[in-house]
This record gives sequence, C-alpha cells and structure tokens, in this order.
Amino acid sequence: MSEPLLEFQNFGFQYKAQQEPTLENINLKVNKGEKILIAGPSGCGKSTLAHCINGLIPFSFTGTMTGSMRIKGTESKELGLFGIAKTVGTVLQDSDGQFIGLTAAEDIAFALENDCVPDPELHERVQATAALVDMDGHLSHAPADLSGGQKQRIALAGIMVNQVDVLLFDEPLANLDPAAGKTAIDLIDQLQKKTGAAVIIIEHRLEDVLYRSVDRIVLMGEGKILADLPPAELLCAGLLAENGIRDPLYLTALRYAGVRVTPDMRPESIRTLTLSPEDKAKVRDWMRDNPEKAAKQPGEPLLEAEHVRFAYANGHEALKDVSVTVREGELLAIVGTNGAGKSTFSKVVCGFETLSSGTIRFKGTADWQSLSIKERADRVGYVMQNPNQMISQTLIFDEVALGLRARGVPEEEIRPRVEDTLKVCGLWPFRSWPVSALSYGQKKRVTIASILVMRPQVIILDEPTAGQDYRHYTDIMEFLRELGRSGITIVMITHDMHLMLEYADRAVVFSGGKVIRTDTSAGVLTDPDVIRRASLKETSLYDLAKLCGIEDAKSFVQRFIDYEREVERP
Amino acid sequence: MRNVFNYIDRKSPIHELTGAAKLVCLLLWSFAAMATYDTRFLLVLPVISLALFFASGIRLRDVSFVLGFTVVFMVLNNVLVFVFAPQHGVSLYGTKHVLFSLGGYFVVTAEQLFYHLNLVLKYLSTIPIVLLFVCTTNPSEFAASLNRIGVKYTVAYAVSLALRYIPDIQREYHEISQAQQARGIEMSKKQTLVKRLKSAAAILIPLIMSSMDRIEVISNAMELRGFGKNKKRTWYMGRPFKAADIAAMAFGAALAVTALVLNRVNGGRFWNPFLAG
Repeated sequence: MSEPLLEFQNFGFQYKAQQEPTLENINLKVNKGEKILIAGPSGCGKSTLAHCINGLIPFSFTGTMTGSMRIKGTESKELGLFGIAKTVGTVLQDSDGQFIGLTAAEDIAFALENDCVPDPELHERVQATAALVDMDGHLSHAPADLSGGQKQRIALAGIMVNQVDVLLFDEPLANLDPAAGKTAIDLIDQLQKKTGAAVIIIEHRLEDVLYRSVDRIVLMGEGKILADLPPAELLCAGLLAENGIRDPLYLTALRYAGVRVTPDMRPESIRTLTLSPEDKAKVRDWMRDNPEKAAKQPGEPLLEAEHVRFAYANGHEALKDVSVTVREGELLAIVGTNGAGKSTFSKVVCGFETLSSGTIRFKGTADWQSLSIKERADRVGYVMQNPNQMISQTLIFDEVALGLRARGVPEEEIRPRVEDTLKVCGLWPFRSWPVSALSYGQKKRVTIASILVMRPQVIILDEPTAGQDYRHYTDIMEFLRELGRSGITIVMITHDMHLMLEYADRAVVFSGGKVIRTDTSAGVLTDPDVIRRASLKETSLYDLAKLCGIEDAKSFVQRFIDYEREVERP
Repeated sequence: MRNVFNYIDRKSPIHELTGAAKLVCLLLWSFAAMATYDTRFLLVLPVISLALFFASGIRLRDVSFVLGFTVVFMVLNNVLVFVFAPQHGVSLYGTKHVLFSLGGYFVVTAEQLFYHLNLVLKYLSTIPIVLLFVCTTNPSEFAASLNRIGVKYTVAYAVSLALRYIPDIQREYHEISQAQQARGIEMSKKQTLVKRLKSAAAILIPLIMSSMDRIEVISNAMELRGFGKNKKRTWYMGRPFKAADIAAMAFGAALAVTALVLNRVNGGRFWNPFLAG
C-alpha cells in the first residue's frame, strides 16, 4: 500500500489562549483518492482539525502541537503554509468572504498570480479550470452578480487551478439553499472522479452529504475521534444522536416504526436502502397506527399583506403582487431561494422599504403604511441573522434595555421588564455577564430578548438557525416554540428544510418575487413542482413512503411530523 | 453607485490603453499642471483634455455629478482667495492696475483677476483628466497598474481589496442601521450631540465587529492561496505595453518637460503679461 497523503499520529493541539487542548490523541490516515466526511457538533474540534490539515495551524494560529502530522511523509511544520497549500486546497465556509478578486476570473487566477505564472499560461489555466466547474460563461462577473452556489464553484476553481491532491471543504452546505447544496455535493463527487484527488468534507448535515457516497465518516466529539467507520456501519452504531448529529430522517422514521437497521441494508442513502417486505409492512403499520393530528385551530388574521408590489431604485421588481396572511399565534416559515423576495417582503413589512402598491393591515386596521419604522417595531419586531450585527453594548442587561431606553421609558420600569425578558429567554443566570463571554447561540437569544422586551405581537427572524449544529438548532427552535406557546406569533425566513418540517405550522413559498404556494410544510415538501421552482429538496421521508408502497406520501410526512411533536418532543 | 471607481465600459482608444500607461500619464499631466502658472500652457491643457474626453466616448452627463461638485468647489476657492487676499495678484505680478473698488479693503485689480483666471484654468486642466482616468480605467486593472509603476504588490492589492469589499460594507451598514432604527435608535438632527454619538456607536460597533470577522476570513483565504509567498506576482488583468501606451506616456513626459522649460524661460512659475505691457 502506498504512503498516505495525510497521517495524524497521536496528534494533539492546544491554542495559546486556551486552558485545555482542543484536539487530543488524533490518529487518522487519508489515502489518495479517498472521500471522507468529518462530522461532529460545534466545538468538537473539527474546524481546528481542518486548520491543522491546511496549515493555518501552526502557521497562522499559534499554540502547542504534540505528536505527528505528516503530509506525503513530511512533517507539516517543516513544510510551511505555502508548502502545504501545494498539496491541500481549502474551500472555506463563507463563500462570499473568501471571494477576493473583483471578478470571477481574477479570483480563480489569484493563486496562479501569487505563483508568478505568466501569460498566456495564466489565462489558459483560468479558462480551463472555470470550465471544469462549469463557470466559464461567468468569468467577468462580479461577486454581487453570482449566487451562493456559483461563488462556491469559483472558490473551488480557485484552489483547483493548482492541481492539489487533497480538497478540503469546511461546511460547504452552510450558506447554500437545499437545491444548491445538492448540486454542490454532486459537483464535488464528479470532480473527485475526474481528478482523483482525496476529498475531506467537514459538515454536520450528514444526510445531505450522503446524497453521494463517501468512503468513511470520522465522528468527532470533545476533541477526540469517536469513530472512523464506513457510513453504513456508523449509521447503525447509534452514536450520532448522542453526539449532536442528526440521523437521516428516513432512519429516524424506520426507528419509530420499529425496524432494526443493519449495515447490509445499505442505509447510507435512501437510494441504496433495501427493505424486506416485513420491514415495509412495519412502516405501513406504523402509519396506520398514527393518524394525523387535527390541525391547530387557525388564529385570527394578524398581519395581512395584499397585492404588495415593490421595486428597487434600479428598477428591479423584487415583489410582484404578493399576498400573505400571518395568523395570530402561529409559527410561519417563509421559504425560497436567495433573491426570491422573502427578505424584501420582511423589509417592506418593517418599513425599511416602502411598497409601491398594495396594502398591509395589522389587526384589520389599514394605517400600517402611516406608521414609522419605530412604531411598527412596537408591534412587529425584526431579528437579524447574525447576532453580531445587532449587539452594541458590553453588558447583556444594557443590550436588552437599549430599545426601551431609546423610547424614553423610565429606568424604574425598564429594570423589571428587562429582568422578566431575561428569565423568559433563559438568560437570567448570565444577566451580569459581558456579551462577549457568550456563545453564538446565547448571543442569538440576547438579540431575541432585546426585541421581545418591547413586547411586539409578531417577531420576524431571518435564518434563526443558520450555521448551528443540531444541538444548538434544537435549543433555539425549542425556545421559539415556547415563545409561540406564550402567544407570540413567529415568522421565520429560512431555507432550512428541517426547520420548516419540524417547527412551522405553515409555509409560504416565494419564487421570483411571487408567492407560489401557501400550505403545510408536509404539503410543500412533497410537491415536486414547488420543490423545483423554489430550489428546495424533496424530503427523504417522501422517498421512504414510496419505497414502502405508501401512496399518500404527504400524509405519511404529516404523521411523522405530528408523531415527533407529540411523542418525541412534547 | 456600485463602485468607488465609476468605471464606464465603452469601446474607445482611451479605454484600450493599459491602466499603467494611463496612470503614468495622469501623474505626469498633473505634475505639469501643478508646476506652472503659464497661462498660455494652462489654456492648452483643457483643450486637449476636452478632445480626449470626446475621443473616450464618455459623455458629459456621465460625470455631471462630480463636475457640478467641482464647479461649486472652484467658485468657493476663488471667493475665499479674493476675500482673504484681494491683493495677492499685485504682489505676484509686481504691478497694480486698479479697475474699480468694492469699498475699503476690496479693490479689484487686473492682476488679481488674471490670477483668478489662472486658478480656474488649473481646475480645468486637472479635474477633467482625473475624471477621464477614473471613468476609463477598469478597477481590476488598477492594482496591477500601481504595481507596474513600482508600488509594492501587497500595498497595491490593498487598493483592490478595498474596491472589492467597500460595497459589501456599505450594504451591511445600511442593514444594521435599519435594524437599529427599528429598536428606536435615531440619528436625526433633533437629538442632542451625546445621544447622536451613542446612536452612532449602536451602528458602528456591530459593523466593526462583523468586519473583524470578515477580515479574518479574507486574510486566511489569501494566505491559503499563497499571497505573500514571492517577492513578485503576475496579474491576470495586467497587459503588456503597446505602441499607443508608449506614445501616450511620451506625450505625458513632453507635457511635464514643457512645463519645466516654461518655468525656466519665464524665470519663475508665473508668466507675467503686465511687465511686457
């Protein structure tokens, strides 16, 4: 057997500023042409491991390394950052931030320019690599004119110009809509077959990565490698859920139905899964025994938008005759691709932008248009995606009190209101902490608290769980569900299909500035036409239903959701 | 405006010139226009720049905003010079031809008016050519051009990065300020200064924090792709000099030399018609 490309032996790493090692006792080999998925919850050390692979550790982040880490037989610390980059190419998570060039072509050329590659070779290689990722028609485009998926392709081309042996992807799905994510996984698969490079994908969305086969899954937890197994075996080992990784939905459904999953059933993908007739019958029985729950009694219309149109100053019409009704007490998901109009819609509702025609009514009164941004915010609060974009105070108490102080509420009234809100949001133990000491998820709660304290009846959240692992995702969403139970109406703008499936009462689907569907989540995610137009992805539950010979897949999905809400997460 | 550089993509001989050649010309031209107050020379420069503008296919209305702004600034500059030094022309040219008096201290002389004419001509000689450069140079080529004329590539690339990320930061500022307005943070002039400073902090602190995150991503991305590895780098958008580029730079150099020669002949930076007459 030939020498491994990468080899960790009893490897450990401790950041300079940390008390404990972030990585301990890592033993891992990556061979030529292998495809490996590294999974684990936030804080398990998988990003640190990625930094060790691409050389940012020890060359950009300092700390203490123990053991050995060899790249093609040479210790990485002797190779230097630029030496490692000849072997390992990294696609970072933030596809916008890593886009350095002013145009796609310049971004692809970046590494070659730094290598002093002269013309005409420079232009030829850029052209050829762009063709490899199918972006040769977009070479003169600026990043603002490219979608998230296209930017990722450019980033990929930008490292592939150098013919590296290892392609490292740090959370490649984090910023993509479901359809673009699926395409990305497909592309990675094709490129690996074409170039023979080893591929390492770091991602906690297991099911989405397994859409194309991988050789091994490395499961990490608390800085250690917990398992290093072929996917079929790992999925049957029952290690995932307890380590903060979501099992594929079809396997969860099989578990509910009492089907025992074994590696020889090829459970790594819904397309390879084989079920015996008895197992299929078990699933059908489960469906029969778990009828759909009666839908929640719809509340009164709270916020009604009718025939809303909006165009930006450059003439681009972002909303074309949009009508949406938000009902009291519901959790509503607004879904669709980037640019479909879902964010613009929330901006129009909050008064950040002024609609060109149509009406918005709040509790049946039509004076919404005459209210200022601040007055609207007393009724409809808006929480931005990234908490760092909202937090400006050093202390949690002050951050939450900010809106009340700006409204001139007397200080003796502010204190009890802020304290109550902190209790509701589970932030009471941290009340005197500085904001900077909080985790991302806790910061998110602070921003939600800072809106809740103004007692709005509706809160709109932009991608409330973006970039969160399963555990934090569940934390945030359960918290929102609690808020929903206390009577607050919640609107979530998202392209996370799990979120929509598990938590939303209804979903409004935007596409090209129009609402193309308003339905239950189960209805939306089992309709191939809507899925295609809104760049969503069919849920694997749908495929499982088909596999088991269930005609009414929509009802199967609905029963699954109801069962989860009633039994698994009451 | 999507870019700080208001590049207008048209087909013209001026666009065809490489960015580096245009940058050299701009520097030489500006030097020439700054160096001398020879009115004859300063009359020629605006005529040439108008001709170049015509050749570039850039229309007046493309640059009307900046042009209007410049005119206001030029008028202001002239008024201030007159208010603070109404006899500056007299001291420069050494003669005094009084035309009329505006009362007291303010006496209008032919010398002063002539000096103002020169000031106006300086504006007309420099501003159009700067605009022309900005409108006809692809921002992508700018960093390559700076590097070509001897600026270190790490510094030159910083300019390119600024062009790349400034629109993103502008958009982010806009979004943050909207969300903070909804929380009741106002920047209106009705507020007291202290309140306005606090409001500014509520927008700027989140902007700075998220920009710091961004900087880390960018610098990692650049290092991972070998930025700073070698002393030199090549440029995708860099182009070799052609005959037209050499000719343009030679013309720029000729202008600069002419300016210096005129200063020599005139025995100073000023051409003085009053002594002759």
